[in-house]
Amino acid sequence: MKEVELLIIGSGPAGLCAAISAASSGARVLILERSFRPGGQLIKQTHMFFGSEAQYASHRGVDIADILLDKVRALGDRIEIMLNTTAVAFYEDNVVTALKDEKEYFKIKAKSIVCATGAFEKSLAFPNNDLPGIYGAGAVQTLMNVYGVKPGDRVLMVGAGNIGVIVSYQLMQAGIQVVAVLDAAPRIGAYLVHASKLARMGVPILTSHTVKEAIGTDCIEAAVVCEVDEKFQPIPGTETRYDVDVLCISVGLSPLNELLAMRGVEMKYVPQLSGSVPMRTETCETCIPGVFVAGDASGIEEASSAMVEGYLAGLCAAAKLGHVPEDFEARKQDYLKQLEDLRSGPVGDRIRAGMKLTQL
Amino acid sequence: MRITQHPILTFNRGKEIHFTFNGQPMTGYEGETIAAALHAAGVKVLAKSLEKHRPRGFYCAIGNCASCQMVVDGEPNVRTCITLLREGMTVETQEGKGKIK
Amino acid sequence: MFEKTGVATREMVMTKFPPIERINNGPVAVVECYQKIPCNPCSTACPFGAITVGEDINNIPCRDENLCTGCGQCVAKCPGLAIMIVDGSKSDETVQFRIPYEFLPLPEAGETVVGLDRAGQPICKAKVLRVMNPPAFDRTPVVTLEVERKYLYDFRNFRREAEANG
Repeated sequence: MKEVELLIIGSGPAGLCAAISAASSGARVLILERSFRPGGQLIKQTHMFFGSEAQYASHRGVDIADILLDKVRALGDRIEIMLNTTAVAFYEDNVVTALKDEKEYFKIKAKSIVCATGAFEKSLAFPNNDLPGIYGAGAVQTLMNVYGVKPGDRVLMVGAGNIGVIVSYQLMQAGIQVVAVLDAAPRIGAYLVHASKLARMGVPILTSHTVKEAIGTDCIEAAVVCEVDEKFQPIPGTETRYDVDVLCISVGLSPLNELLAMRGVEMKYVPQLSGSVPMRTETCETCIPGVFVAGDASGIEEASSAMVEGYLAGLCAAAKLGHVPEDFEARKQDYLKQLEDLRSGPVGDRIRAGMKLTQL
Repeated sequence: MRITQHPILTFNRGKEIHFTFNGQPMTGYEGETIAAALHAAGVKVLAKSLEKHRPRGFYCAIGNCASCQMVVDGEPNVRTCITLLREGMTVETQEGKGKIK
Repeated sequence: MFEKTGVATREMVMTKFPPIERINNGPVAVVECYQKIPCNPCSTACPFGAITVGEDINNIPCRDENLCTGCGQCVAKCPGLAIMIVDGSKSDETVQFRIPYEFLPLPEAGETVVGLDRAGQPICKAKVLRVMNPPAFDRTPVVTLEVERKYLYDFRNFRREAEANG
């Protein structure tokens, strides 16, 4: 059994920031990452991030991954990252079972844990939604921005939230045609500056629209789109056919946190946070002392808040282990203030409402 | 269908990797996944579903959804969206569950 | 309408432009940020303190046209690419725009391109005067274009097309 002081599951923005924060306080950290490269979803974000300087605003996500990984490296052997390693179980005695390289199981005993496992993409039900060529928006991003492979030539995007419009813009940057972006909601969910970027490229954004069906034999060849009424019911006679070879689904994310549920952490279904999430204190600690959560695993939000939650969880997890930096209280207050600022506006209404429901 | 020029990114492709797909020789690059290399070569159908034998492509690209499982070097149910190419690999379309040897 | 299409109305756009006298005096930033989101790089990028977001990071940025020199430091910094510089001081017939453009191939100085409005519809011809892409802009090139004055409030983007040069 491998024994560690602080175990962090996931090396996305929340996990990396938690590691940096905890290790700079003096904790020894092990990060498990299931992918063969660290950085989570940051590595495929080519757009500049919002927020303030404290959250690396105006830097592109892919570059923020490098900034954070440089900080990790600067902390030397206090942080170990195990790649190709999936945490598959989390038991009552704080033992985590992990699978390395798809073949070797081993156990890790941790004094404290930060679960930063992120999220997964929701799918959408319609006839033939399993045809090849119908991809999650994140998958399209991976294909084009990590591997430099075009997903196809003509894309229809389903979902006008931030991810849908950002990925549409990125598709155009890769030289791929986006025929339209549609969303069942009556209003665009994305930050409107992102939507405007796309609109002025001539891409129509069709609110109150959904996919009726996909058409194709081996791969998608077309999609039939229709308008929906205020109860999201299809309006007959409004069908339009788009000949496309890619249909990209971006209808939201769900928190990925089964490990915490398995451990017995008190969970709650909170629609404002897009799924079942752990109850926690304001410093990201769950009902089980020493078990923390940060980032999308605690509720779907922006990468900027994921990073701040990571810094906060790492700071407090390390402090509980006895690594209390001199400026502990000031840093804690700073992170709490940053989170409050990021969530204080109208776009944070939903998050604030969700947060209230999850406080221990 | 590879992206050759990009306003933000530069793609430093590794050395060429040779593998076969259903017996056909294919080329990809070191550091990329089986599914990415196949997609670049225009291969979108990776498997057939268990019961109705419907075509399956990749969907999530992060190893979550199991849509991209193929037979690799004789082993079924390999998630090709997260498995890196290796020289000499044999990759085959998976029909249904696949047989574990 | 804006929340359904992403295309700002003329009335909304007009609120972001300074008076025409100011535009005719020299370059000035137009900050097309209409929604309260947590973001403030425009204000931290401005060397003259001309753009303020204030204590609450969700505030809509406020640009002081008297402090703004039209230097353009904010253009490539705005994550929403919502800022452009307009300059009506160069000619009575035309106005100059500096807009961010993150697509390849980049246009070249001297080229004529198709001017687009906020819905991406072609409205005019535009002449490319300059393309700036220094490391400080971090891969958000800024293109200076000259457009007939009557398109001042409509021009927002361009498309590079062979027929535009014909």
